[in-house]
Amino acid sequence: MIKQFIKSREALLVLAILILLGLISSRFSGFIAPRNMASVFQDTSILIMLALGQMVVILTRCIDLSVASNLALTGMVVGLINVAAPGLPVPVLLLVAMSLGAFLGAINGILVWKVDIPPIVVTLGTLTVYRGIIFLISDGAWINAHEMSASFKAFPRYELLGQPVLSWMAVASIILFYLLVVRTPLGRAFYAVGGNPHAAVYTGINVGFTRFMAFVIAGAISGVCGYLWVSRYAVAYVDIAGGFELEVVAACVIGGISIAGGIGTIGGAVLGALFLGIIKNALPVVDISPFWQLAISGSAIIIAVAVNARSERKKGRIILKKAEHA
Amino acid sequence: MRILKKLLTTAAVAATLMISPAQAQETKRIALVVKALGIGFFEAAAKGAEEAAEELGDVEIIYTGPTDTTAEGQIEVINSLIAQNVDAIAVSANDTDALVPTLKKAMDRGITVISWDSGVAKEGRQMHLNPSSNPLIGNMIIKLAADNLPDGGDVAVLSATTTSTNQNTWIEEMNKVMGNYPGINVVATVYGDDKADKSYTEAQGLMKSYPDLKAIIAPTSVGIVAAAQAVTDAGKAGEINVTGLGLPSEMAGHVDSGASKSFAIWNPIDLGYSATMIAYNLATDKASAEAGAEIPMGRMGSVTLDENTEGAMADPFVYDASNVADFKDIF
Repeated sequence: MIKQFIKSREALLVLAILILLGLISSRFSGFIAPRNMASVFQDTSILIMLALGQMVVILTRCIDLSVASNLALTGMVVGLINVAAPGLPVPVLLLVAMSLGAFLGAINGILVWKVDIPPIVVTLGTLTVYRGIIFLISDGAWINAHEMSASFKAFPRYELLGQPVLSWMAVASIILFYLLVVRTPLGRAFYAVGGNPHAAVYTGINVGFTRFMAFVIAGAISGVCGYLWVSRYAVAYVDIAGGFELEVVAACVIGGISIAGGIGTIGGAVLGALFLGIIKNALPVVDISPFWQLAISGSAIIIAVAVNARSERKKGRIILKKAEHA
Repeated sequence: MRILKKLLTTAAVAATLMISPAQAQETKRIALVVKALGIGFFEAAAKGAEEAAEELGDVEIIYTGPTDTTAEGQIEVINSLIAQNVDAIAVSANDTDALVPTLKKAMDRGITVISWDSGVAKEGRQMHLNPSSNPLIGNMIIKLAADNLPDGGDVAVLSATTTSTNQNTWIEEMNKVMGNYPGINVVATVYGDDKADKSYTEAQGLMKSYPDLKAIIAPTSVGIVAAAQAVTDAGKAGEINVTGLGLPSEMAGHVDSGASKSFAIWNPIDLGYSATMIAYNLATDKASAEAGAEIPMGRMGSVTLDENTEGAMADPFVYDASNVADFKDIF
């Protein structure tokens, strides 16, 4: 078990993160203080949740580029509902956000499943369509902090056992996704469909439906993140989370989830997201010229992917064997 | 080919015939072209333009722009305005140079062309109206921070992107007048790329790196809101003053929470009003756009053009707890 872990990608990532933290703390010692690490985790929560959703989609050999637009649209809708009916309790809004997100994901899923359009094309299309709808429903206007109700803004900040709800939501998502992927037939089907779609058909798995479900799940979690994002930054406008989908995909790729489908673990996705989150939070405090910041985060991604590609080649892609061990 | 030409000519003649009745009414049609539709700032400018139109009587305002902030979108919009043969175009440009050929074409057809807010290169317009002058803004943003720090202290700047011309010019002008504010130290300049999440993280970084920070100056409307939220979330509202340039509607909540004591912005209503007044005066030949010329702007007084035929409207307007509530529903 231990030997296997040491050779795994997760171990490599943990090592990379530790080296990264070491480098950062040599320039800004306060960074690795437990309080700061907790705030980095909180800051990365949304990225973690989206990366988990993206992971199940990528596992099925698809990709969802519309997650950030989905997040922005749901966030705007939830914001507008809050402005119109400030009395509506947050759990109801969360439910609305989740259902709307799942619905938007289902549109992607249906187009991939029934119309058989390549996922990258479908989600590239819905990416702009969803952004456009935000413009239509909001008239391009912002929803600002003073228009949102106090409870709407307080929910992700509410502290439970010393940590904000936002962080706990990420923890809960990690557990739920772990159970989904490892313990349910659907979760195993994600791996089978991505690993070898033809073989999956022979084992009685409905490939199209499995992909559809992956999109619905990714959509639902994007919807929840939509509410969390808008309430955390206390502002909703057309461009929120613009380009964030690429960061989500990057987190998955860094985490060792194969773009070719079928390979990847929950731990990998979470560590990949954390890796990016740490870089994002560290760059402002380590006093590096802003002109270098983009280059640095870009190189980190390329290095991670290069390492990924190398280890992937050695391992091959024996999916069913992995499933047996897990 | 010949048939196509004929068809086009016929279409052009038909279009001219259809337009001519509108011209006969002799109302001046002034088009206000903005960076993108649906931005609060420009909606407010349109209100000012309507106010000017009402005052002048014989003016029709066409408020238009692309749906996203691209130069390509604006070129399409301007081309259609040229086809409609409007009397004047007042544009806030998405690109300094890209619009020049199209606007030249408009001027060749006798259309009055001015730029306002965000300018066009000199050859593409008759004059440019700056909302304020860069030195006035640079001085204002540091003054806002200094006014609340009688004993001096550390302040940091949260800008937009590293390449934003506006912000870089203002910060440069601010640095020129730093000598007038002894005791105020600018300890860092960081860039939030005009994204809410990046600006928020950068503001958090500033608070971590400089525990004695007294103020954050954000000369960008996205950055100032994000910084105010970050300061509130860190429990430092009242300790760290977030100031700079922002819109009252977006900042009202943060002024109430104490995260921001005051901030400034030029008044977009006045800006739209002034641009319309200038466009009208130029289109009706009541004034001419040349270096040193003085062009009247109704209730806003008049603007004097410099050698680049540019002029500044007024000082940025300061908003604080006493007046933000009055303006938050306007823009």
